[in-house]
Amino acid sequence: MSSPSPPPSESFKFSMLLSDTRYRGMSLQVITFIIFMAVFFWLVDNTIKNLALLDKDVSFNFLWLRAGYDINQRLIPYSSDSTHGMAALVGILNTLLVAFVGCIIATVLGLFVGILRLSKNWIVAKLMSAYIEGFRNVPVLLWIVMVFALLTEFTSAPRAFKGAEPEATMVFFESVAITNRGTYLPAPVLEEGAYWLLLCFGLSIVAGIYFLRYANKKKKDTGKSLPTFWISAAVIVLPTFILFFAMGQPVSLEYPYLKGFNFKDGIHLRNSFLALTLALAFYTSAFIAEIVRAGIMAVSKGQSEAAASLGLRPNKIMRLIILPQALRIIVPPLISNYLNLTKNSSLAIAVGYMDVRGTLGGITLNQTGRELESMLLLMGFYLAVSLLISSFINYFNRSFQIVVR
Amino acid sequence: MKKLFFGVLAALTFAAGGTFAGTLDDVKARGNLLCGVSTGAPGFATVDDSGKDVGFDVDYCRALAAAVFGDPMAVKFVGLTSAVRFTALAAGEVDILARNTTWTYSRDTDLKQTFLGVNYYDGQGFMVKKELGVKSTTELDGATVCIQVGTTTELNLADYFKENGMSYEPVPTADNAESQQQYLAGACDTYTTDASALHGTRVNLENPDDHLVLPEIISKEPLGPLVRHGDDNWADIGRWVLNALVIAEEKGITKANIDSWKDTKDAEIHRLLGTGDDDILAMVGLPKNAMYNAIKAGGNYGEIFENNLGATSGINIERGVNASWTKGGILYSPPFR
Repeated sequence: MSSPSPPPSESFKFSMLLSDTRYRGMSLQVITFIIFMAVFFWLVDNTIKNLALLDKDVSFNFLWLRAGYDINQRLIPYSSDSTHGMAALVGILNTLLVAFVGCIIATVLGLFVGILRLSKNWIVAKLMSAYIEGFRNVPVLLWIVMVFALLTEFTSAPRAFKGAEPEATMVFFESVAITNRGTYLPAPVLEEGAYWLLLCFGLSIVAGIYFLRYANKKKKDTGKSLPTFWISAAVIVLPTFILFFAMGQPVSLEYPYLKGFNFKDGIHLRNSFLALTLALAFYTSAFIAEIVRAGIMAVSKGQSEAAASLGLRPNKIMRLIILPQALRIIVPPLISNYLNLTKNSSLAIAVGYMDVRGTLGGITLNQTGRELESMLLLMGFYLAVSLLISSFINYFNRSFQIVVR
Repeated sequence: MKKLFFGVLAALTFAAGGTFAGTLDDVKARGNLLCGVSTGAPGFATVDDSGKDVGFDVDYCRALAAAVFGDPMAVKFVGLTSAVRFTALAAGEVDILARNTTWTYSRDTDLKQTFLGVNYYDGQGFMVKKELGVKSTTELDGATVCIQVGTTTELNLADYFKENGMSYEPVPTADNAESQQQYLAGACDTYTTDASALHGTRVNLENPDDHLVLPEIISKEPLGPLVRHGDDNWADIGRWVLNALVIAEEKGITKANIDSWKDTKDAEIHRLLGTGDDDILAMVGLPKNAMYNAIKAGGNYGEIFENNLGATSGINIERGVNASWTKGGILYSPPFR
């Protein structure tokens, strides 16, 4: 304590716990802790009593029982004979898929919009402001429903593709079908030898990375810069390209075609998935754009002026001078936007997308009546994912920050 | 971490305070009955043009309110989706759930609910647009199916397609309105739910004749009102109000002629209407004329059926198995004694 006075001669009185600055801080903390614990125990006690009153127990055995319902979008094998646990897993993967794709689109869009908003071109800057304000100031649920309605109402039903003179036709050389049930893309089919191709591609990427490192080192040592983009692109693409034809095209495309009620084969991107992912990505990208703008503006103007006086072109100034410094400011708030996107994906039920909230927290909860258990598992899942994402990006972030000696 | 866990645990059931025994006393103290109904199932629970709740399930709750209070309007309707109905009942948000709910083993046992009986013997059907040219459910292989989440129909659907070696793509929706919207937009080929609800939905569509309810019924769906486990007296009241409506039809007691039975020689009618000497309704804590009020509220079972689902309503559902056992149906109430 900072009190410089000599020890008081008066004896300790009980009221000093609150009146004396030496004890007050501590006693307030103790009081707060006691109140917190009392409320906490009351809540637990209330829960236990009420559960007993309802004649309910807490059990997670339902996870091993047959689920009995089907899920439309599944990344792993699942049928109505699978367990509720598997249904939850299917939902978890669907959530992660939306979160992953959504975060990537949001980042790219956000970066793009954020930089363009600072453009000196008036119309571009204003358009980007409109984009940001439009998406940022309307609840994301409305955007999700809106995108879904657009996708469903303004596209044709699969039946419209039927007949000699169909009302709707497939686009991109008859390879992509856009319907009110989703978009069907051609799917790559791996034939014999395709794994060599994948291996070759993987090795090429590694080679490309090594080349970039080498080019960087050379630039640092000698000051000469190589045309890195073209060389690395060639290193990554060419070997696979040559091998593809040398091996007689072991990867072919499987085109969607209309059979019965729906399109068969190909990759089916359901409207629920598209609507949720796009709406979340647009919405989050507006926030990311503002973060990017703030990050760029926070870099001292002298930096870009100095770079310009060295003769660097504007896009190189942005890429080599401004963005690397801005990233230090951008990354921490970026994490919370990734977390928001992931958590907002639980709005999936609005468009019938079967994420973990829809399977475990929706159908399973309902069919088994295990509300408490399902909700606890759900919360545990979102908590774990959020902590994982933030710890991963924090790790990534550390490598950017200025090392303080 | 551990603290968080328990905090969450507690917060979740925080709302579920109070005690659940003595629902009748709670209802009386509150002055009205809280009845959980569908958020919009034509024929079962909807709001009419004048803003009044109407429907088959609504009329049951009115009869129950009349039995308890003598006033069929002393009831507040709570619209519940299929997904939240059991949670709402368990948490005490409603006193009784009359929301075309199928009586199943696991709902009775594992969900800790008490079903009061069957007020409508239903089955799951499919509705398609006529232009599809589909005449039977066996032609639905590969179809996209709109289905309400958290219902027994969802499970029947999976079983039915599996048994018949057919594939389908489910499009989950929250309630009847959303299913209908998706179905009309063509986002699904067929909409499946209880056949009664399909008929009710169909007549309210813009061009009912463009749609067809397929003839196959793929499941048994005995619908009935239900209450929480643990208050047998309240369950008895609900059950016997339902039985009273059925008995009234059997005996020919209608809303119009209910006052003309004072001189009947049928002792059961006297017990039922409270016109005799015995006051057997005191056993469950209801006034002597409780069932009289219940029948007076919306008429007997047959009248409620006709007004909401039958010819009078425009939905035109046949009585079929839902006729009284005396008329070839399977509605049969235990004796009122």
